[in-house]
Amino acid sequence: MSQLILALQWATDPAHWSGPTGIGVRLLEHLWYTLLGVGIAALIAVPIGLLVGHTRRGRGLAVAAAGAARALPTLGLVTLFGLLLGIGLLAPLIAFVVLAIPSLLAGAYSACEAVDPRTVDAARAQGMTELQILTRVELPLGMPLLITGLRSATLQVIATAMLAAYVGNGGLGRFIFLGLKTQDYPQMLGGSLLVIALAIAVEALLLGIQRLTAPRGLA
Amino acid sequence: MSWILANLGLIGSQLGAHLLQALPPILTSFVLAIPLARLAARASWLRGVVGVGSGLLYAIPSLPLFIVLPILLGTGIRSIANVIIALTLYGLALMVPGAISAFASVGRDALASATAQGYAPAARFWQVELPLAGPALLATLRVVAVSTVSLVTVGGVLGVPSLGMLFVDGFQRGILAEILTGVVLTAALALVLDALLVAAGRVLMPWTRAGAGGVGAGGVEAATAAEASA
Repeated sequence: MSQLILALQWATDPAHWSGPTGIGVRLLEHLWYTLLGVGIAALIAVPIGLLVGHTRRGRGLAVAAAGAARALPTLGLVTLFGLLLGIGLLAPLIAFVVLAIPSLLAGAYSACEAVDPRTVDAARAQGMTELQILTRVELPLGMPLLITGLRSATLQVIATAMLAAYVGNGGLGRFIFLGLKTQDYPQMLGGSLLVIALAIAVEALLLGIQRLTAPRGLA
Repeated sequence: MSWILANLGLIGSQLGAHLLQALPPILTSFVLAIPLARLAARASWLRGVVGVGSGLLYAIPSLPLFIVLPILLGTGIRSIANVIIALTLYGLALMVPGAISAFASVGRDALASATAQGYAPAARFWQVELPLAGPALLATLRVVAVSTVSLVTVGGVLGVPSLGMLFVDGFQRGILAEILTGVVLTAALALVLDALLVAAGRVLMPWTRAGAGGVGAGGVEAATAAEASA
């Protein structure tokens, strides 16, 4: 328990928060990596997922791809791209995108699939175009499921962003690997507690957004 | 290829260590999840605890959990027990909500007719309820198996032996073949375990043989369901 107190002291010491290698900067780096990884993955996966969900075509392929990607070890991808592409953000970024795509894809197609087919038929009978059906019927009704996909993709990338530090980048993982190398357990533990706090805070934020976007009348 | 042939002993021992850390959490979380889910079906407070607990636990990244757990358990940071307990917790976070919805999906009419036919409560559970919940339980177990095999590798950065050590060592020494071997073996191990679970499901639940989905299909649906319920 004394280790825990030392770790909390480390994490709350103002001297550790400031400066170019302080907690503040590392926290922002971590958030930036997450935003970038999830953002790029969403640009790729959400349109494909919505198309699959709306047309109900290519579903088997999307499901198989998402299933296979789950079996890939995150650390393996980060080190593999790190060795191939050298030190820099590009290598971990590719790993983040690959890891975030399956959850986003599954979220997007299940968002469309969860909508009652009769509702979609009713919209079509009223003369809505396919694009209107997608953006005004399926997307609003399926939004909570899409955000569920976004939540698990974001958690996945926050966790993997720690490994970015392992291949020479910033982020909160720095403290863990620095502590590991110098046998500084309070720093390692403090860094771990910070990542846990960040993950839970982001999860709570996205859960709140999910509640807000739930269609009234259904929830 | 030459790296692989020269290091077969190393690969074998890391694969063994990997299995030693992956199999106990998969088995334990499955065995523990069934009574927990049954209790939660009766006690609503337990359902609340399970819902919040599994959501919270699932939000915690694995590497920090591996580092924080030794403080609570008094184990060493490189201890295999530490990894096994962390992965069992993750397994439970997926498995318990999955088992709750699996048991909830069993039709009340089927249970009522079993009671009317004279099944005692224990026999009704083993011979009617568990088999009917079986396919949904299996779908969640497959997700737990695949994600556990993949998560074991994270211990590699802390120096816990597993296929993850091949990533760490390969990266530090610049051996691409070593990392690739680790990635391929980890994914293959996950897919083999998944296929074994599917095969076991077909043997134990022969009525599900018709119309079974492809590899990973049920898993992804269960994962989405598990995440949605978390």
